[in-house]
Order: sequence, then structure tokens, then C-alpha cells
Amino acid sequence: MLAFLVSAIRLGMAFLFGSTGETIAEKSGHLNLGIPGVMCVGASCGCFAEYIYLSHAKLNANAFLAIIIPIAATLFGSAVMGLIFSFLTVTLRANQNVTGLALTTFGVGVSDYMIAETGPIYTKGSRYFTMSLPFADDLGWFGDIFLSHGVLIYLAIIIALVTSFVLTKTRVGLNLRAVGENPATADAAGINVSRYRYAATCIGCAIAGLGGLSFIMDYLNGNWEYCIDAIGWLAIALVIFTVWKPGLAIVGSIIFGALYIASSYIVGVSFAGKEIFKMLPYIVTIVVLIITSIRDKKENQPPQSLGLNYFREDR
Amino acid sequence: MADVAAIELKNISKSFGKKIANKNVNLTVNRGEILSILGENGSGKTTLMNMIAGIYFPDEGQILIDGKEVVIHSPKDAFRYGIGMIHQHFKLVDVFSATENIVLGLKEKGRFNHKAAAERVREISSKYGFEIDPMKKIHEMSVSEKQTVEIIKVLYRGADVLILDEPTAVLTPQETQKLFDVLRKMKDDGKSIIIITHKLHEVLSLSDKVAVLRKGEYVGTVETAKTDESELTEMMVGKKISLNIDRSEPKNCEERLVVKGLNCVDREGVKILNNVSFVAHSGEILGIAGIAGSGQRELLEAIAGLQKVNEGEILYNNPKTGSCDNLRDKTPVQIRDLGVRLSFVPEDRLGMGLVGNMDIIDNMMLRSYRKGKSVFLERKAPKDLAEKIIKDLEVVTPDAKTPVRRLSGGNIQKILVGREIAAAPTVFMAAYPVRGLDIGASYLIYNLLNKQKESGVAVIFVGEDLDVLIELCDRIIVIGSGSITGVVDARTTTKEEIGLLMTKTAESQGGEQN
Repeated sequence: MLAFLVSAIRLGMAFLFGSTGETIAEKSGHLNLGIPGVMCVGASCGCFAEYIYLSHAKLNANAFLAIIIPIAATLFGSAVMGLIFSFLTVTLRANQNVTGLALTTFGVGVSDYMIAETGPIYTKGSRYFTMSLPFADDLGWFGDIFLSHGVLIYLAIIIALVTSFVLTKTRVGLNLRAVGENPATADAAGINVSRYRYAATCIGCAIAGLGGLSFIMDYLNGNWEYCIDAIGWLAIALVIFTVWKPGLAIVGSIIFGALYIASSYIVGVSFAGKEIFKMLPYIVTIVVLIITSIRDKKENQPPQSLGLNYFREDR
Repeated sequence: MADVAAIELKNISKSFGKKIANKNVNLTVNRGEILSILGENGSGKTTLMNMIAGIYFPDEGQILIDGKEVVIHSPKDAFRYGIGMIHQHFKLVDVFSATENIVLGLKEKGRFNHKAAAERVREISSKYGFEIDPMKKIHEMSVSEKQTVEIIKVLYRGADVLILDEPTAVLTPQETQKLFDVLRKMKDDGKSIIIITHKLHEVLSLSDKVAVLRKGEYVGTVETAKTDESELTEMMVGKKISLNIDRSEPKNCEERLVVKGLNCVDREGVKILNNVSFVAHSGEILGIAGIAGSGQRELLEAIAGLQKVNEGEILYNNPKTGSCDNLRDKTPVQIRDLGVRLSFVPEDRLGMGLVGNMDIIDNMMLRSYRKGKSVFLERKAPKDLAEKIIKDLEVVTPDAKTPVRRLSGGNIQKILVGREIAAAPTVFMAAYPVRGLDIGASYLIYNLLNKQKESGVAVIFVGEDLDVLIELCDRIIVIGSGSITGVVDARTTTKEEIGLLMTKTAESQGGEQN
């Protein structure tokens, strides 16, 4: 049971990064379906940087650098993906859905290429990421659940809380939400719609990219066994599941993580049965979507101009 | 200060392409004064105000604020000079509270504090007598509350000059009174208010001065105290112009369409058609005159089955079978098959009836695709029809396979009208079919309508230009705020008579609505 919870949390945080990033982008009106690709690219950049660093440093590797270098590479790589997305949709006015799907395909390709170059094993690097507080083991179940994790897990929660605060309590958040709801109104109020969309998408992608890195390093312990784009799709589903609230997503992500791995901890589930279990997060998302649509409470609806590009001359 | 005008416009001109929207307009507004801008649709009122608010830039002329010449490039510039405009279409974010909308985009110092901002909103509200809950979400608000938010938004930003674009169009009489009380308080506070309207009784009851525009030209400014309804109407509609449209006497008149006591409400529960009754005869052109948005569109849509009817009957006397059907129970397709055809030209032309990316032939098929029996499309007949329309109506197009959106507006309208006429209707409704067309093309459409009339069709024509209505139609019904305010004989009526009826509302008729 304990192992199950710990795993659920570690997997959940990968979802949480993705969904926080996607929420920021969606609040600006960008439906970024490129998130799975962004997570692939983020993980690839991080792993590749780690691979380079460790193969240069050999035995003298510094734990701090071994963590900070991959994170920086991930942030950079995934922010570039966000930049591509914004450039295509804001500046060149391309369709957001098509652009997003193209980025996903692209990102999966990048990660396949990277694995082919460096091999799928990053266990050495993973050891640095899963380093936990030294006294965690002495505190029994409490230590296991709350203190046994690596730095990325805590970062995910901090980022989600900060995002939630910024969105609801600050002027920047108010302006950002206005851009996503009604860009024409925001424009008339003197808010630079393009700048907000660029920034939100790039920051959102950078955060989502960390999810990819977290998934490889924390959850898979450095064994990149299979493609990780499924995590990205679940992250997008999580945004809907938690009705665009990053605070709620902290709990939601753990639920998603638990549902996703539940089959492995139940005795006597066949291989096919396991795959059915993995559908559960999607099914609950659809249920949530149906419920929120039926209740039709405006606060729980997607941003009004989600997926729509804005040009001033259109008015 | 007192003798320097808050805003002065000198010889302002603006044109869009060849179309002149404003020509040599001169205006002055002093502090603590309410100025009405009066004019028909398309007389350039909103364009003029948009130039003060920074949305458009004048081609010629000067704008003076407090006696100094200024250049206003954007709404931001306008705000810097203390000018705020309340548009007809509200610019509000639905899921935000009133306060959040009001402070949106402001660069105030410090952290965003919802409660403190709400407190300031409350201060402004109590100063001018608004009734508003600052924490209420916009989507829970009525139209008049939304308008209040827009006004407070402008005041919060410290505007001294308020421009309101037809603020009463969406309000009930009671709400209008409340708004006027607030505006009077602002005037006493030294603010300058410019209000765009075409309701004469409002002009007379509220404003100090009235400036009249007609077809983009500045007619003059008069002091409200020294004028009356008939003088203003004459300034607004101008002298009669002869158009020489051939009009034949109606023949073989039968009652084709009988509308009885029609009532409709819109999505927000506001009444848009109020007890509308009239008869359309075969072999006659029935004109519908009225200020835009008075319910003309909804009336035609109700007949075509596109608008939900809350009360009333639409009886159709079928000339082929002699039977009498109530169109209210029929689907739009059944109504069309009975021979009642609607050709609606909305502002953007492509909005209703045509698909811009499809070619002319495909657009013909939009109306006839149900007729085919085979799985495959039969393109021969629509192709012939498209070519016939192109030839008969002189549509300028490379060929019938050109996407409709590539054609000019006038040609699109010809196709729209031509397609409906080709179906040999018995009732033909055309709304604004000549909007945006040049003179030649307009006459082509008038002749088409006349031909329809001669062949015994009941034509219903919604128009904007009173001169055209008077010359083209046989009878004209005038609609004001969703009610019919009068039926006149087009051969004997005058523009002044129609103009007065148009600006009448149920309220000024003695509170009929209550």
C-alpha cells in the first residue's frame, strides 16, 4: 500500500507539471495540444544534458550540477517548443489544433532519435534526482509519503501553488485570464494580447517539459522504456478534470497517478485488464466534463476564446 | 475654463474607400453639458464618435480639447485626455466580477486587491446613484447592469467626457429613466456627455444641445429648448429626393400572408416583437421601415420559421391549393417549400445564406440539394441556374466556379437575391438587399423586385433609405422598438411622417407597453 501511494505521487507529479503548464497556456486562450511533444522534448533535452555532463565529469560529478544542468536544459528545450507554437499561432496565425498535433508528432520523433543516440538508460542521473532528505527513512510511513521524494516532486507542488496564486490573486493573472476569455476586451483595455500569449505559452511549455523529465527520472528511475507521450495526453485530460484550477490539480494528479498504476497492485489482473485500468483516468475526465457541462456553471467552463486566434482587424 | 469648450471638432472628414462617412463636421461640447447626436442609420454618428475615442483617425480636420489641438491615435490616447466611450456592444469579460472588469488593464501600483478596488467602485456608484454589486459576475447581470459596469469603468479611469453610443437601445423605459437621472447627475458634476441616439423624445428630454448629421454631413446644431420634434425630423431626414423607380399599380391583390398579434422575446427575455399584426398582399410591395434593430430581422425570421414565436399567428393563403396554413407550426424547410422565401443581407453579407469558400454553383445547390434522388450530386441544373443568374443579373465574376467570397459585395448580393427569386416564390422577403450597392446595381435589384410584384408575388422589402421605400413600395409599415407604429400609403406619405413614426416608441405612444 505504501509503495503504491509513493508511486502514485511520483507519477502524479509528472501529470501535475504538464497540467499546470497547459493550464497557463489555456488561460491565455491557447489550446496547446503539443504538450505530449513538449514533454518528450523536455525529457530528451534533460536526459541528453545529463548524459553529456556525467560522461564528462566521470566520477567527479557534483550532485547540485547533476540536477541543475538537466533542469536548465529541459526548461530551455521545452520553452523553445512553446516559442514555436506561439510563433506559428500568434504571428503566423496558424490553426492551434493542427500546430499542437504537429508539435506532438515532432516531439515524439525527437525523443525516439535521442534514445537511439544515447540509449534508454539514465539510472545514474536518476540517482541524483531521487536523492531525498537523509532523515526521511527514520520517520516511518510519514517520511515515506511526504519526505522520501526528489527535488522535482516538491517543485511540481510549489509551481502549482504559485500558479494558482498568480492566476487568481494578481494583476498579471487577471490580465492573463482576460486575454483567454475575451481578447478583444483585453486589447481595448490596453493589454498586449500577443505578448501575454507568447509569455504564457512559453512559460507553460517550460513547466510541462519538467513533467517529462520528472517522469523519466523520478517515476521510471532512469529507465526510458517506452514513449512518454501518453503522460502528456493525461496531463491535458487532467486540466479538464480539475476544471482549469492548478490548486485542485495537485490532488487530481495523485488520483490520476493512482488510477493509472492501480492495476499493477491488484493481484490477478491480466495484461489486457491492465490496459483497461489505464483508461480509467480518461473515463473519469469524460465524466467530469459531462457533469460540468450539464451544470453549466460559468466558472467551471474553459476560457471562452480557447483555441481561437486573435487579430485586431477581425472586429 | 467656462468659455473654453471641453471638446471642439473643426471640419472633421473621414471616408472609407470611396464611401464618405463624415464630411466637414463641426461640434462643440462644454463642461457640464449634454449633447445629443441625432441621425438616421448610416449617417456617420458612430464613426464620428469613434474618431474622438481613438478608434478611427480623421482624414481631415482638427480636434481641440480645452482649446488645445490634440492628436488621438488610440483609445489609450483618448483616455489620457479624459475621454471615455461606452460602445453599443459591451466589452466585458463574462466570468469576471464587475470590479475585475473595471480595473482590467490598469497599471496601478501594488498588489491587486479585489476588495479595495470594489470599495472604490462602490464610492463612484454612490456618488452618481448607480445601483451595482461590485462583486457580481458579469454573466449573472442584466443588460442594464452591464451597461452600468461599462460606465463605471470609464469613470474609474477618470474620464471627464463620456460618449454613449445608443445607450437606450437595449434598455427598458424604466432603466432608461434611471440612466438619464445618472447622466444628469454627472452633468451637474461638470462632466461633458455626448449621447448618440435616434429617439427624438429622449433627445428632447435629456440634452442641452442637439447636433444633427445626415448621410455623413453635418446639418447643424440647435439648442434643445428652442426646437421641436418636427424641426428635428426635417433636419434628420432632409428634403425628398426623386429616384424615378418605375412603380406599377398593384394588380390582383389577395391576402397572401396575414400576421396576427406576433410576440417574440430574445434570449435574455427582452421583448423584441410586440403584438405585430399586418397583411401582405400578392402583387404588392410592402415596405418595412424602422431604425435598425427595431425588430425587422426578427419579424422576417419569425415568418421564415427561424425565430421562436411566443404568441400570435402567421397565416399563409396558399395560391396553389387555396388552403390556409399557419406557418408557426411549420419547419423552416416546409415554409420554404410553400414558396415563402427570405433573402437576408446582414452586415457582413456572407453571414446568412451563402458559404464564402464555395463557388456559385455550390451555393445554388445549398437550396436544392434535398431534391436529388441519387447518391451523387447532380451539378447540371445548379450550373445552368448559376449561369443564368450571372447573365441576367450581370454578376461580375470570372466564371461560375469562383468562390463567392472573392466577389465584390454587390455581386454577392445579386447572387443571394437571384437564387431566392429563381425558386419562383409566392412570398419574397428581402432585407436590406441594396445595402452597400452602387446606384446601378441598386436599380437592378429594384427592377427585380418590381418584376416579382408584377408576376403576383407578395414582396416584403425591409429598407433603410426612406426615399427608396417611398418610391418603391405600395404600402409601408413602420416599426419602432418591436411594435408597429403606423401603416402608411407610400404614394401619399412624406419622409417626415415616416421619420416621426420611426422614432416613436411604445412609451411615447402613452405607455402602451405597460
